[in-house]
Amino acid sequence: MIAAILSLTLLGAVLGFGLGIAAKKFAVETDARVAEIAALMPGSNCGQCGFPGCAGAAAAIAEGSATVTVCPPGGKALAGALAAKLGISIDLSGVADAGPKIAAIAEEICIGCCRCVKECPTDAIVGAAKQIHAVMREACTGCGNCIDRCPTEAMKMEPVPVTLQHWVWPKPVVTEAEPSWA
Amino acid sequence: MSEYLILLVTTALVNNVVLVKFLGLCPFMGVSKSVDSALGMGMATTFVITLACGATWMLENWLLVPLGLGYLRILTFILVIAAVVQFVEMVVKKASPELYQALGIYLPLITTNCAVLGLALINVQEKSGFVKSLLYGFGSAVGFTLVLLIFAGLRERLALARVPASFAGAPISFVLAGLLSLAFMGFAGLNFK
Amino acid sequence: MGLIEKFFALLEPQHWGVHPDDHKRPAADAPLRSLPLPERLYIPLQQHIGAAARPIVLVGQSVLKGQLLAEAQGATSAAIHASTSGTVAAIGDVTAPHPSGLPFAAITLAADGDDRWADTGTAVDPFALPPPEVARRVAAAGVVGLGGATFPSALKLGLGLKAEIHTLIINGGECEPYLSCDDRLMRDFATETVDGIRIMLHATGAKQALVGIEDNKPEAIAAMTAAAQGYSEIAIRPVPARYPMGSEKHLFSELTGTEVPADGRTTDLGALVHNVGTAWAVHEALRNNRPLVERIVTVNGGAVARPGNIRVPVGALVEDVLAFVGLREEPARLVMGGPMMGSLLPHRRVPVVKGSSGILALTAVEAAGFDPGPCIRCSSCVRACPVGLLPLEMSARIANGDLDGAVAFGLKDCIACGCCSFVCPSRIPLVHYFNHAKGELAAQGRAQLRNEAAKRLVAARAERLERDAREKAEVAARRKAERAAAKAAEAARSAAASSEATT
Repeated sequence: MIAAILSLTLLGAVLGFGLGIAAKKFAVETDARVAEIAALMPGSNCGQCGFPGCAGAAAAIAEGSATVTVCPPGGKALAGALAAKLGISIDLSGVADAGPKIAAIAEEICIGCCRCVKECPTDAIVGAAKQIHAVMREACTGCGNCIDRCPTEAMKMEPVPVTLQHWVWPKPVVTEAEPSWA
Repeated sequence: MSEYLILLVTTALVNNVVLVKFLGLCPFMGVSKSVDSALGMGMATTFVITLACGATWMLENWLLVPLGLGYLRILTFILVIAAVVQFVEMVVKKASPELYQALGIYLPLITTNCAVLGLALINVQEKSGFVKSLLYGFGSAVGFTLVLLIFAGLRERLALARVPASFAGAPISFVLAGLLSLAFMGFAGLNFK
Repeated sequence: MGLIEKFFALLEPQHWGVHPDDHKRPAADAPLRSLPLPERLYIPLQQHIGAAARPIVLVGQSVLKGQLLAEAQGATSAAIHASTSGTVAAIGDVTAPHPSGLPFAAITLAADGDDRWADTGTAVDPFALPPPEVARRVAAAGVVGLGGATFPSALKLGLGLKAEIHTLIINGGECEPYLSCDDRLMRDFATETVDGIRIMLHATGAKQALVGIEDNKPEAIAAMTAAAQGYSEIAIRPVPARYPMGSEKHLFSELTGTEVPADGRTTDLGALVHNVGTAWAVHEALRNNRPLVERIVTVNGGAVARPGNIRVPVGALVEDVLAFVGLREEPARLVMGGPMMGSLLPHRRVPVVKGSSGILALTAVEAAGFDPGPCIRCSSCVRACPVGLLPLEMSARIANGDLDGAVAFGLKDCIACGCCSFVCPSRIPLVHYFNHAKGELAAQGRAQLRNEAAKRLVAARAERLERDAREKAEVAARRKAERAAAKAAEAARSAAASSEATT
């Protein structure tokens, strides 16, 4: 009885001590991947993912509490890059890329208040006080931060128009007839 | 010497731990989606099994038998195995965060991989010596890795095949595992004499 | 080469490519006709690879045939000229001859019926001009590769000077079934084409020109051989008829016996490939000062009443061309280009562009589609693939959404020739998968670039905000200092005043 108690205690103590030393030796400081993931993110800190900025989202992705498809502006491309970084496989065809959207200004309603200009993380909106503002399409990441800032609801998100240069052949739909065994 | 060689081949192929003894099926089905993670899992398990076989031999012959504590065998063995797995987890997390992420829950679950405890117990049953215990564990672990790799490769091809809806996913994988098992049964005819 | 490969190579020396029924005759034998001038021409601003041309005319302006309508914009671009005389009716969107049916910008020209040429200057002897000047004139004439790729020809000629080209390969292969525009060109304009080849030799500094013509065009071979008589630097070389012989790399290896590496170009091996049509366009540009405003288009297909080759001004609608040749029945499918690589037309009101080699009106029988069946792993596609890929493996991965897996199998080397789809007994739309995957990869690349650009913008904004704050703080500090100094001066002054007052 005593021998059993003693031997188990001893065993536990030795293993615990060993693991303690190992934990010290193999301690992982901050997750090195967070910085790498953050480098892949758009960096506009738009907040569409629900995390505090891109760094927050990167940390969440690294520890696994957020999926790689969390970033709407990044879209499929980013999800694929993140999955490759993390070494996980995801089915991107299921990701409903709702189509990228960019901001557009209804010029007849714009009063030139400059609020959206100050909000834009990529300086994609140009305008001066009392002048009609405009969105530079190439620079807009579609974060949507400007929408709520507009006092006259002149800002809205519009799908990016498909042009000849951006058109992609759709994936072939396999409508295969069931083989007839008879 | 040739005895040890035969032991290795026998444990790896003829008495394959997964496909003939049906031990360790959990990671076999769980971590066999890609060859890369299968290889990582195989190596981690090999390390754990070999180390555990050595440690449990010492435990058995130096502690449990002299003190007559045979009834504590499973308890102490699990304790040692869990400690080794924890150690492996730390090393993998440090050395390869990608592999750590890819293995996910299956890494700590090596503790409950019945192949590990099973091999340790078989060693005790067979009253093997230390070197033989180690080789037995190592050979079986190599067999486990080999089968895991083969199965992962097959499943990578399987992912491209169009499987009838009712068979898609796990069912076809089990069918495949069964066929692979049949193939490994073929090694039973190997004759070393 | 391993022993096994050697054995198979012995069995079948060259097994790439396919032999589709060519359907070239009787269209190829019909004499060349000219399209009556349509009332309106829709001349697209983008008829080439690269940036769209920038219009330099205004709506309502009257222009003459051959007058510059839009100038090249950027390094890779080509000029666009008026295909007839008339007035500019509109500058706006028309449907592109592209399967997407999306619009692109075009200049609408209302023809006045005179078809009067603009004064394009007097012709000079091109061999007296320095090579860069020849290239400049070719660029000014808006000549692009007429084989279908529509790469600006002047850039290629300029490349020849830089890359030390020793051989000019002239592509008269025309391997696509149905098409015979190059055949007709070589038969009817052999002298002009040979002259164009000589000008190109002069412009690139190449020593010799090899003209590859498929052996199913004996008349063209005879005409070109006769025209090239006396020019030892030009050799007419018949090549076996096999699709895709007209592919740049394949024609090159057939003619020179050297294979072009997957990641290389023929220019790396000292050869430049040009189409015969381009040679003719170069002749027109240099000898007659005529820009590229018309081309020979094959109109063919079972639904066409009088198939043949037609000189069509750039910008004429497919509708006009079909009305001219007449239709025997309502075509089930309209294709611009060849049946293997051409693009499906969304409707008939799309313009003919510089790269349009053919218009095919196919009947339901010709265009019959089949429901794809499962892959039976017969490897017919592997045998047919001219670049030695494994189409079945790539398409399985693409169907599964694994684009990287497909790239690892060499998707980027696929030339989209369509041989695999052609031979597939299960009728799997293989090349469709590859086109989809390539587009998807390009879109991902663009998204990546956009992401990086956004990151730069964010950094620039952060820097700007910081600078603003710093400058504001500096200004505030300076003001504060000034105020303090002023106050001190004031205090000193008042102190002085008070002391003065006390004394």
